[in-house]
Amino acid sequence: MPSITFHVKRYDPARDDKGSSRVDDFVVPYETSLTVLEGLFHIQENLDGSLAFRYCCRASICGSCAMYINGRYRLACQTNILHLHADEVHVAPMPHLPLVKDLVCDMDDFFAKYEYVQPWLMRASQPPEKEILQSPADRHKINMPIDCILCGACYSSCPSVWTEDNYLGPAALLKAYRFEVDSRDEARKERLPRWDNERGAYRCHTITNCVEACPKELNPTEGIQWLKMAAVRRRLFGKAK
Amino acid sequence: MPHHQLIVVGGGLAGLRAAVEAKAAGVDVAILSQVHPGRSHSGAAQGGINAALGNDPDGHDDTPEKHAFDTVKGSDYLADQDAAIQMTSDAPGVIFEMDHWGCPFSRYDDGRIAQRPFGGAGFPRTCYGADKTGHYLLHTLVERAYERQVKMYIEVFVTALIVDEGRCRGVVAYDMIHGSFEALTADAVVMATGGAGRIYANTTNAIISTGGGAAIAYHAGVPAEDMEFIQFHPTGLLTSHILMSEGCRGEGGYLVNGEGDRFMARYAPKAMELAPRDITARSITTEIQEGRGIDGKDYVYLDLRHLGAERIMERLPGIRDLAIHFEGVDPIEEPIPIRPVQHYTMGGIDCDVDGRTKLPGFYAAGECACVSVHGANRLGGNSLLETIVFGRRAGHAVVADLEGGSLGGRDASAAGRQAVADMECRVANLVARGADGADPYAIRAEMIATTRDYFGVFREDAVMREGLAILRRLRERCARIGLRNAGGVFNLDLMRTIELEGMVDLALCVAEGALARTESRGSHSRTDFPARDDERWLKHTMAYHTPEGPRLEYAPVALGTFEPQERKY
Repeated sequence: MPSITFHVKRYDPARDDKGSSRVDDFVVPYETSLTVLEGLFHIQENLDGSLAFRYCCRASICGSCAMYINGRYRLACQTNILHLHADEVHVAPMPHLPLVKDLVCDMDDFFAKYEYVQPWLMRASQPPEKEILQSPADRHKINMPIDCILCGACYSSCPSVWTEDNYLGPAALLKAYRFEVDSRDEARKERLPRWDNERGAYRCHTITNCVEACPKELNPTEGIQWLKMAAVRRRLFGKAK
Repeated sequence: MPHHQLIVVGGGLAGLRAAVEAKAAGVDVAILSQVHPGRSHSGAAQGGINAALGNDPDGHDDTPEKHAFDTVKGSDYLADQDAAIQMTSDAPGVIFEMDHWGCPFSRYDDGRIAQRPFGGAGFPRTCYGADKTGHYLLHTLVERAYERQVKMYIEVFVTALIVDEGRCRGVVAYDMIHGSFEALTADAVVMATGGAGRIYANTTNAIISTGGGAAIAYHAGVPAEDMEFIQFHPTGLLTSHILMSEGCRGEGGYLVNGEGDRFMARYAPKAMELAPRDITARSITTEIQEGRGIDGKDYVYLDLRHLGAERIMERLPGIRDLAIHFEGVDPIEEPIPIRPVQHYTMGGIDCDVDGRTKLPGFYAAGECACVSVHGANRLGGNSLLETIVFGRRAGHAVVADLEGGSLGGRDASAAGRQAVADMECRVANLVARGADGADPYAIRAEMIATTRDYFGVFREDAVMREGLAILRRLRERCARIGLRNAGGVFNLDLMRTIELEGMVDLALCVAEGALARTESRGSHSRTDFPARDDERWLKHTMAYHTPEGPRLEYAPVALGTFEPQERKY
């Protein structure tokens, strides 16, 4: 049976100093194919039960297992080792985020910023008896941002996040865009001040790391640029959409 | 010790909907979830959610009554008919509400919610958002929960109920981030932890779908209902068992065997690929067993190529991505290798249409519950519906029961402290055996292979007896498990060891229920008893926990509207 070596970055708050880490090596056998997530489970079950990582759907829709694998942001479940075209697998937590343990990052700030943009549909009018009508063309406008799985890869990859703790980051702004661009949304001034400022859309310097990092091939930068234009339009002409 | 009026265990669609409902009525509610709610397995649902909106040109004559009839017929008449009628009549309202909350459904040209045909349905009734309906519904409810400021305890792994004076008064949970067991007291608990698919080796389900909530309820004395009814989805990806939505066939996809034959013509000449899942899964399995798999192997093809690139990209983009990433097959160019795999747990915590169980203060909703609306076989598109309809109803019932004064009691802190001490004692015993104890992962591997091999699509007495004997031996080995990694944060070893005992117990409920039921009904298909036997078996199985294993009792099915008849499609 073939095997491959996993080099896994470790951090245990009970024994390691904050900010320090080690790398442990594990040899993982496989039959015909192996995802990185399956490899981590093999390690946890057979080689080192203390290994910590997030998991849930193993089908690239829940956003739990974003990691830094062989120099790229990837979902561990979606990454087949054969597709890495490498002799070894290097697994690290998403960089630039505080750690809970091993491959588990602290996502509290990420979700606090998500919540801050008020990521929910706002209506000023009474809802109709049935559905709110939305043309296929209008529905098409939200196609890209609604596929975000909140994995945090974009957030971890963004130099503007690294250098400004208060910056909302690509995922939260993409969520703001998702609602601002939804024809059913009737928010007026509620959400705008949340992102129309120096900790919001203007902090994006179109470095586009987020585009490269996104395992769902979404384009947060595009959404953020839309927000900037919408804010300018609103200032000049009084309306955004 | 934290206290909330309502604790909801599980942050998927059912739990979120219950929490949002209760919070809107001013109840102090907290969600406890093993993962961030946005990561729940509800998000993996693909094809859609049923409601008789009549939006499709071919669906103008659809009604909730017809939806109820299809549901009951699909259930092979084991569904409680009053519950099915309740679900289908609530359906249009909850769909419109999800739209008002921002759910991005796909649309017809006139702007109304689009609907597609699904298995076992008389009309195109399945509302959808491309092939990511679960993801869209889940994020919509997560957003609503944030808007309503529902308190969320995230990455908290619930292990037991606190029961005091005969009432459910809270839960014990392992706090994954802080690494300790804590008690949280409440006046009511809604269990909404999803299905138990991971008791099978071959499942579409998320890795966290281990049946934890159902097992906790079962251990607390609430019966597990109809656990022998396990749905096998016809189209799981060959290698990874990841779901290929029924929407693939709703959009016109074919099932093709090794002879290039659309074999469903021989099993369901009218419905073809859109026969209900039990029938389609049996048909595929029969083709494979009789040597007509692809190259004689254990799979057939789901062929979408004739739909064309444009339709696949518009309606089934997620399917295409999954097939490419996980099977190395682009459905635009090649057929997808598939086979039936475990998909859904029809059974679960015995409860009524408002989520109430036999244990005062304890409610259940979603896949962990058994109302029963799915009976012996669930129709595609009815599980997302169930989560939202019955999550909402459970939330509403808690509000009513709180107002009615029937919940709560004395301060439950002492009971909570005792429950934590009990849990810590259990863990200490596991740790004491350490590396000398039985290996939990070996037990898990053997258990999930046993359910797969002995309690699959087709079942028979001698095979099941053998499987049951294996499961009983595994249950005994569970008592000798050793835990190598004690304490600490995010201790997967601890969590996966603790949950194993419940998984084995639920597997035993499946096995005992299946062996006892000497008939074929819906997903429970016995080669030695191929006919449905309404005279003896038109009844629900109720499995009660005892130290020796499940004790089976039976309860009547609510009939009265639709006369049981033979199912033909």
